[in-house]
Amino acid sequence: MTVWLERHLPKMVLAPSFIAILIFVYGFIAWTAWVSLTRSRLLPRYDIEGLIQYERLFAAPRWDTAMNNLFIFGTLFILISMALGLLLAILLDQKIRTEGAIRTIYLYPMALSMIVTGTAWKWMLNPGLGVEAMVRRWGFEDFTFDWLVNPDMAIYTVVIAGVWQSSGFVMALFLAGLRSVDEEIIKAAQVDGIPTFRIYTAIIIPSMAPIFLSAFIVLSHLAIKSFDLVIALTGGGPGNATDLPATYMYAMAFSRGDIGQAASSAMVMMAVVFAIVVPYLYSELRAKND
Amino acid sequence: MTDIPFQPRRSNTSRLFLRVLLYVLIALFALYYLMPLFVMLTTSLKSLEEIRTGSLIALPRDITFEPWQKAWSGACSGVTCEGLRPYFWNSVLLAVPAVLISTLLGAINGYVIAQWRFKGANLIFSAMLFGCFIPFQVVLLPMARVLGIMDIAGTISGLIFVHVVYGIGFTTLFFRNYYVTIPQELVKAAKVDGAGFFRIFWAIFLPLSLPIIVVTVIWQFTQIWNDFLFGVSFSQAGTQPITVALNNIVNSTTGVKEYNVDMAAAIIAALPTLLVYVVAGKYFIRGLTAGSVKG
Repeated sequence: MTVWLERHLPKMVLAPSFIAILIFVYGFIAWTAWVSLTRSRLLPRYDIEGLIQYERLFAAPRWDTAMNNLFIFGTLFILISMALGLLLAILLDQKIRTEGAIRTIYLYPMALSMIVTGTAWKWMLNPGLGVEAMVRRWGFEDFTFDWLVNPDMAIYTVVIAGVWQSSGFVMALFLAGLRSVDEEIIKAAQVDGIPTFRIYTAIIIPSMAPIFLSAFIVLSHLAIKSFDLVIALTGGGPGNATDLPATYMYAMAFSRGDIGQAASSAMVMMAVVFAIVVPYLYSELRAKND
Repeated sequence: MTDIPFQPRRSNTSRLFLRVLLYVLIALFALYYLMPLFVMLTTSLKSLEEIRTGSLIALPRDITFEPWQKAWSGACSGVTCEGLRPYFWNSVLLAVPAVLISTLLGAINGYVIAQWRFKGANLIFSAMLFGCFIPFQVVLLPMARVLGIMDIAGTISGLIFVHVVYGIGFTTLFFRNYYVTIPQELVKAAKVDGAGFFRIFWAIFLPLSLPIIVVTVIWQFTQIWNDFLFGVSFSQAGTQPITVALNNIVNSTTGVKEYNVDMAAAIIAALPTLLVYVVAGKYFIRGLTAGSVKG
């Protein structure tokens, strides 16, 4: 008996966590997938009706706005964060005397809640008393910067705040990458008289491809899940102008009482995440096991 | 790579110019990142009158701590006017147990997966890892029902449960990746000496684990303290965590808009994680990079 126990103890210790993951991750995904195929409204129903929820979803103008916004926000957020992160990493890589302190400053927004970030930028970007009023006070009477309340531009304020929050983190990733490039190669290039700029573009940056990939994965994951930032910054408004899939899903689940729509939009979000993450995870795990 | 000296053929003046330009750029970016914090802090110390008449970036003329007092114990969200204080303690009561439980589970799971390999252990690990990536929207609806069935809907215990369940994946990942670097001979030798599964964990592995425990605790604390999605979905009046209360105060539509109180409240909500970051930034960054470059 004790021998049996001793042999199976590790499995028994792992079992509760594994069962929890099976139920609360995989079981719940299955539940959501099932309900997304039914006519559920305020209460879930379990008789499968086919793809009607998805048809409703793709016909809904609000979902259309949300997906468009995700595309605009995601593209700009990822590109700008990466470009800025790389630039900052290269600047900090030039033997800066106060590097530690500067790095701390660049990275601290990552420790903040998106709600705090959203609240801060909402205050600074409000046209009445924020940046617009400040510049007007300087004497530029016609200056307008009303993106926060302008339905066509509001999504870009989400990009501004999102980049502010995440670019320092990308900098940290890239800086670690720059420091892991083989010094011998760089020294050899320097001896050959290759200019610094060329050393970066031709040797260092190409060798950091895996870091670009992981930065891309993390940023796209952040973009798709973006919820709190929009809620705090614009509340999805003006109107529905800054809705994202996550806010659409939340509205359907908890204020509109439309469980079918909530489930189907959540499934689409998951599909988007997996389309990006699964190939990456798969290659990572395979590389590990080989 | 630590340094790329500028090209020797450049003249001294152009070298100096580039160096100055570099520092100016770095300082400008530092200003960009510090600006919002500076504006929050100064706004929180101004009276409403001064906010209306002064510039966004001006220093406060008459420093007042009234907004802070109000944010802490008097600001209104909806019908109640108790400030952030009760919600701050909600978040503490939520974060402390959730962080401890998920860290402990992660440690023991990581220990099993890395050191007591059995058939299927890698598959289980992959399954747990996969769970880290799902957008949580996909589990919100069933979780709301299950919390109701378990009779912990709208309670802090319910939120602790949710954070533990969806934190296990990450904590297991952290500890597994740490323990996998410890040679397996250690366990074998301890077994020969008659030590059992738990004895080896408590006496050998836990004492070795301080760095990864710090990384995991900081990661989990930051995640849970800053969480909004679970908080807003699974709490009710009175049990909301601080992020939800902050959002309610800022977006409360009753009465005059008190920007100074909003900013003080935002800083209060941010202080614990900021403090952790300033004190243990090294571990914070390690968690971030370990959590992102997964596997």
